Amino acid sequence: MLKKDKKKKEEKTMNNNLKVIVNGLVKENPTFVLLLGMCPTLATTSSAINGMSMGLATMFVLICSNAAISALKNLIPDMVRIPAFIVVIAAFVTIVEMVMNAYVPALAASLGIFIPLIVVNCIVLGRAEAFASKNNVLASALDGLGIGLGFTLALTLLGAIRELLGTGKIFSVSVYPENFGSLIFVLAPGAFIVLGYMIATFNKLQKK
Amino acid sequence: MENKLIVSPSPHVHSGDSIEKNMYGVLIALIPAFLVAVYVFRLDALIITALSVLFCMGFEYLIAKYIMKKTPTIFDGSAIITGVLLAFNVPSNLPIWILAIGALFAIGVVKMSFGGLGNNIFNPAIAGRIFLLISFPAQMTTWPTPNVGATTDAITSATVLSHLKFSPEALPAIKDMFFGFEGGSIGEMSALALLIGLIYMLWKKIITWHIPISIIASVAVFTGILYLFNPTPIYNPLIHLFSGGLMLGAVFMATDYVTSPMTKSGMLIYGVSIGLITVAIRLWGAYPEGVSFAILLMNAFTPLINNYTTPKRFGEVVKNG
Amino acid sequence: MFLSLFIISLVVAVLLAQVNKMTAKPIAAAKALKLENAIKEVVPEFDNNPVEEAYKMPVAEGDSLLVYPAKKGDEVVGFAVNTYSNNGFSGNIQLMVGFDMEDKVVNYAVLSHAETPGLGSKMNEWFRDTNKPGQVVIGRNLSEGNLSVSKDGGQIDAITASTITSRAFLEAVNKAYAVYKSSDADSSATKLNNAEERQEEEGGENNE
Repeated sequence: MLKKDKKKKEEKTMNNNLKVIVNGLVKENPTFVLLLGMCPTLATTSSAINGMSMGLATMFVLICSNAAISALKNLIPDMVRIPAFIVVIAAFVTIVEMVMNAYVPALAASLGIFIPLIVVNCIVLGRAEAFASKNNVLASALDGLGIGLGFTLALTLLGAIRELLGTGKIFSVSVYPENFGSLIFVLAPGAFIVLGYMIATFNKLQKK
Repeated sequence: MENKLIVSPSPHVHSGDSIEKNMYGVLIALIPAFLVAVYVFRLDALIITALSVLFCMGFEYLIAKYIMKKTPTIFDGSAIITGVLLAFNVPSNLPIWILAIGALFAIGVVKMSFGGLGNNIFNPAIAGRIFLLISFPAQMTTWPTPNVGATTDAITSATVLSHLKFSPEALPAIKDMFFGFEGGSIGEMSALALLIGLIYMLWKKIITWHIPISIIASVAVFTGILYLFNPTPIYNPLIHLFSGGLMLGAVFMATDYVTSPMTKSGMLIYGVSIGLITVAIRLWGAYPEGVSFAILLMNAFTPLINNYTTPKRFGEVVKNG
Repeated sequence: MFLSLFIISLVVAVLLAQVNKMTAKPIAAAKALKLENAIKEVVPEFDNNPVEEAYKMPVAEGDSLLVYPAKKGDEVVGFAVNTYSNNGFSGNIQLMVGFDMEDKVVNYAVLSHAETPGLGSKMNEWFRDTNKPGQVVIGRNLSEGNLSVSKDGGQIDAITASTITSRAFLEAVNKAYAVYKSSDADSSATKLNNAEERQEEEGGENNE
């Protein structure tokens, strides 16, 4: 009897955990639904690989900072919680930046200023404030994973479409001759146009 | 729904004005410029213009019928005008597939995505041209040398404005610019032919004078002031008036009903702003030509201008403030 | 309140110091590798360390360029010159241009630029496209005079619709050649006498 209950409880938490991840991927997708973090979304998605790396870097920061903040939430007084969150987030971002500079310098160069700018990405601080400071460590880390996955997915997709339309390639694999690509999609205006259509499509699919 | 009684505010007398009438009027006004283009670029101008119209109408039909699922209205003339203006804004040796992409962008993205004629924020032809200019800069900025009386010539030539920006010593005579035998896009050849179109449209009351004249005047005044301080060809108002797409933009692109302000004072604000932005881009910007960017920018401001220049209703009490 | 913020900051600082210690070396190595690769690309095969032997050579108006001498054994086989032009369409262009000992351009590498994508940015491929000999810079002998675009009466076809960029590019190459010429004069004098070479080079360094 007791065992069964425990199992049921486990199943329930499993379900809950899954829900937290799916929530970040679809229902609260940071790019398509919450429209947060637009700056890196528009600026770094000139190719699929750039978009994906930006997404993964943000995901790493999200998971770590969510977990850390959730663990520290009882130690941090309410009045200084925002500076404390930012310090924690900035620490993880700086780690990501240093590691990328050391081991993938070409990628770090192409993402440029947008890696350090993850610090001010509203998704990260938003999740810290809205989720991590109210939930336990595991759930917070999973929320970071879900939101991070949603962000990565959106950025990769956006990058892939822009790269395909702009240069005829996806992940640097040639699909059609580069001369036929419309350069505008690799540039800033293309990011706005493609993102607009993607949000419209996402909304339409969700409504069904 | 169909049987609903429609109550609309007065006046109820219809002048017989319609979308079709105005659109075909604009098309007639475009004929002189088109004839000059055919004279200068021969068959190329004809083919590009015809195909551009065909692409625009085709895309509008397909999108309206299969994506928006409503009755296509491709013969209201607006798609035809977009096609002609798009063609007028590209070099006559542009590859056909690029033209098709431009038409798809102009109609599909700029016009139909917003709900079709009347709902678009930006002028489709202008947006299509800028899309192509940024996407295919090499093809969009190499013009064939106009062959007046000569046989086909494959040498590419710079436009007056790129001379102005990058090598001011190679400027052609102003007379040639006015009559239209300098390198450039299909429709921006002859300032004279475009002015004839303007006069026709003013006579037929298709447009009012406010937008075209305020653009032309503000460009002339702005460059004129600069010319007084520094009389080099870079600031010569006549060159700025008769070169590039200024006349085409002022007469046909900026006056698009959907994307320009509705009130007279709004039209003047809109026109003067376009003129100033154009000169600023030409003189200090990265691109030699700025008319299309200026119009696109001011298209975006049109709703705001409309909002601020709406006349007060008669009898409305102005609050103390 | 202040204490907890202080503690968090302290922990973060220690953490970052550790990561910095770990990544400092790989970051420096990655930077050096990038420079070395650019040099390798533009000069004939060498077996010395050009980065260590680099020296500054003055050009006109009091500024100077970095010159990387490439040597095989004791013999100088070429020079890589880190040159630039400020007259690009969007400002500064940084190039690495390599010369062999016969005044010929061996190769070039674009280090950084801000030219328009699709137009000026083509310089990385344009000037080495062997299918179109009219526009190739590689293999040109600059002792026959400076390079200029055909529009200005020169011998190189400019990039389509990017004459400004092409002019700036050739200006940088010419500047590099002027510097190379003075380095070359130094070293060819020493070629006669290997023993003197070291002294000469030190002389070059003193020129800074």
